[in-house]
Amino acid sequence: MSIALPIVDHPQAAKDFVNNVPRSHWHDDSLWFVRSKRDRQAQSLPEWEYLRETASAIKRHTIANLADYLQEFEANATRMGAVVHWAADAAEHNEIVLGLLRRNETHRIIKSKSMLTEECGLNEYLIENGIDVVDTDLGERIVQLRGETPSHIVLPAIHIKKEEVGETFHQHLGTRKGEADPQVLTEAARGHLRGKFLDGEVGITGVNFAIAETGGIVVCTNEGNADLGVSLPRIHIACMGIEKLLPRFENLAVFTRLLARSATGQPITSYTSHFHGPRDADSELHIVLVDNGRTRIRDSDTFRDSLNCIRCGACMNTCPVYRRSGGHSYRATVPGPIGSVLGPSKDMKAHKSLPYACSLCGSCTDVCPVKIPLHHQLLAWRKVLVGQRLLAWNKRVGMKAASWLFRHPRVFAAAGYSARMALRYLPKSLTHNRLNEWAIDRDLPDPPKQSFRAWYAQNRKNTQAEQSE
Amino acid sequence: MNVALFVPCYIDQFFPDVAISTLELLESQGVSVSFPEFQTCCGQPMANTGCNADAAPVARKFVEMFSGFDAVVCPSGSCTSMIRNHYQEYFAADDERFNQLRDSTFELCEFLVDRLGIRKIEGSFPHRVSIHSSCHGLRELRLGPSSEQMVPRENKLRILLESLEGVEIESIRRQDECCGFGGTFAVTERETSVAMGVDRVQDHVESGSEVMIGGDMSCLMHMQGLISRREMPMRVMHIAEVLAGRPLPSSPAVSAR
Ligand code: SF4
Repeated sequence: MSIALPIVDHPQAAKDFVNNVPRSHWHDDSLWFVRSKRDRQAQSLPEWEYLRETASAIKRHTIANLADYLQEFEANATRMGAVVHWAADAAEHNEIVLGLLRRNETHRIIKSKSMLTEECGLNEYLIENGIDVVDTDLGERIVQLRGETPSHIVLPAIHIKKEEVGETFHQHLGTRKGEADPQVLTEAARGHLRGKFLDGEVGITGVNFAIAETGGIVVCTNEGNADLGVSLPRIHIACMGIEKLLPRFENLAVFTRLLARSATGQPITSYTSHFHGPRDADSELHIVLVDNGRTRIRDSDTFRDSLNCIRCGACMNTCPVYRRSGGHSYRATVPGPIGSVLGPSKDMKAHKSLPYACSLCGSCTDVCPVKIPLHHQLLAWRKVLVGQRLLAWNKRVGMKAASWLFRHPRVFAAAGYSARMALRYLPKSLTHNRLNEWAIDRDLPDPPKQSFRAWYAQNRKNTQAEQSE
Repeated sequence: MNVALFVPCYIDQFFPDVAISTLELLESQGVSVSFPEFQTCCGQPMANTGCNADAAPVARKFVEMFSGFDAVVCPSGSCTSMIRNHYQEYFAADDERFNQLRDSTFELCEFLVDRLGIRKIEGSFPHRVSIHSSCHGLRELRLGPSSEQMVPRENKLRILLESLEGVEIESIRRQDECCGFGGTFAVTERETSVAMGVDRVQDHVESGSEVMIGGDMSCLMHMQGLISRREMPMRVMHIAEVLAGRPLPSSPAVSAR
């Protein structure tokens, strides 16, 4: 896409969410709960680290031989009667889908969860073209009714409280005002969606895994909405990024064991549905393979491993920044650590603040089931951004000055001395002013009289290292 | 053994007693320690901002300064990790001098436990304490088990701390969540950084601990700043101070001037 995206200022975008302390805590706790469930599941498998290692190796191998596996997949899927389409980018993907709908005079579609269609902006595109789009994943439906976007790739409505869902359903589905019982709300959604399922003319799903060896695709859901959504309509369109491939059917076992455990702390998703060609002679299965920048990432030695991602969301659940700043603060389809890696590869300038929205704690790297070195990739992005002169000039100059200072030990010692003395003797109103971002919320350390080097010179050596003291 | 003491720049300037404690602790274990006097910083602030061109000359200077010792010991996991895990891009793969330095640079607890084989420090610390495991020590140096990975590991700081008489280690709810310091992150993402820090401190307070003990003064400086501003009932100490026999500070050490 050539349209310049607006520049995301993560700290600014995070402000309101973080500063609403009760809400931020509630969000943090909800996601930490999911992370803890994941830990318990991981602990229950003695082979956990072996599975991660194996999954990572399978993905790397697949990405290295992607062209071959894609062709093998196309041949096998076609043999079973599916129609395979290739889309270079989001625009082409959307045109292919719309073309299929037009050809079948479709006005209403039902969709199960697909981050790829979110990435391509399919919903908006279809709606603009007069198609009625219904998301059938409960979380996505809530978000859709509210006119929002998902804030998490697995838990799209994790930022919305049940009382707020009640309000939305009261407005759109006619539930009782003030209803906040999840059971009642889910029932209401179920009834509402049932009608939509029956009306749907085409079902669109995402794809969790595609198997080169068999030509089959696998969709994992907890609500069974993908199954219902493609069992009723005659046409099933499955949209997938080209990195979703696995070479062999047996590889799948490794990933189904990791996916749900990492994502929500369940041993397995409630539904793991396999599709091998269209349902029957009257039906159609279309598979749209989308590149949309993936080949470019594949070309990069540094960022290639980010194509291992199976979109489990574990890196979001564990990220202390994501948990406190909320998914929308990233202003990207995929938020959190992996989103901050993928965002800049889509548009470096627009997403330049995302690699800095990270304390480099490394929790994401350790949690990732396919072992993407996420925090090292974020660090690597910072280097690229600086090379492209996308870091603010004052920070660049600051780092240059620091570099100079650190190469001149005597000046360093003298500068340290002045800073400590300033802190000791200047009034706090001056040293802790609003220009000092550190000190708005934090006190500065009590400056000691003497630096260590000065102490050392006095106590362990008879030379005077720091004459100024 | 001839050991060089590497004192991170902010410890040198703001927490000299952490460096003095480190020195005394090493000496008490019979190590002969020198302090190369023209050292400044490892270059991590630049490297973590992505300014690698600015970090490079600092890294080269560092290697010049510290090569030739049997070991380099540093009371910070983060700065040690900079040298062990991030310096390689500034040096040729076959740079003997650098490779030798990288392999002989240790974080303090790691040096004591792994290199010297020490598992008991004489002394006592009759207090209820809690451990803050700083991220780089944990996930880059693997100084202990991280909660995400299902890999059993010894916690080196804990081994040493536990060996003191009278110490009682309280457990916190989130054993290894980041405190939100993160270098320049603390400033560029101030709100989030502060929220993370306050949550960490609160976890330690609720554990019943009197003092949180860590191996990285940078994280502790951030949390100490929050504790002092909010007058929270917690103190911070670097592990070197505890092991060197320093007493519990009477009140949080940051002045409310
Ligand atoms: S990067 Fe790893 S942890 Fe994050 S969503 Fe992808 S697979 Fe899951």
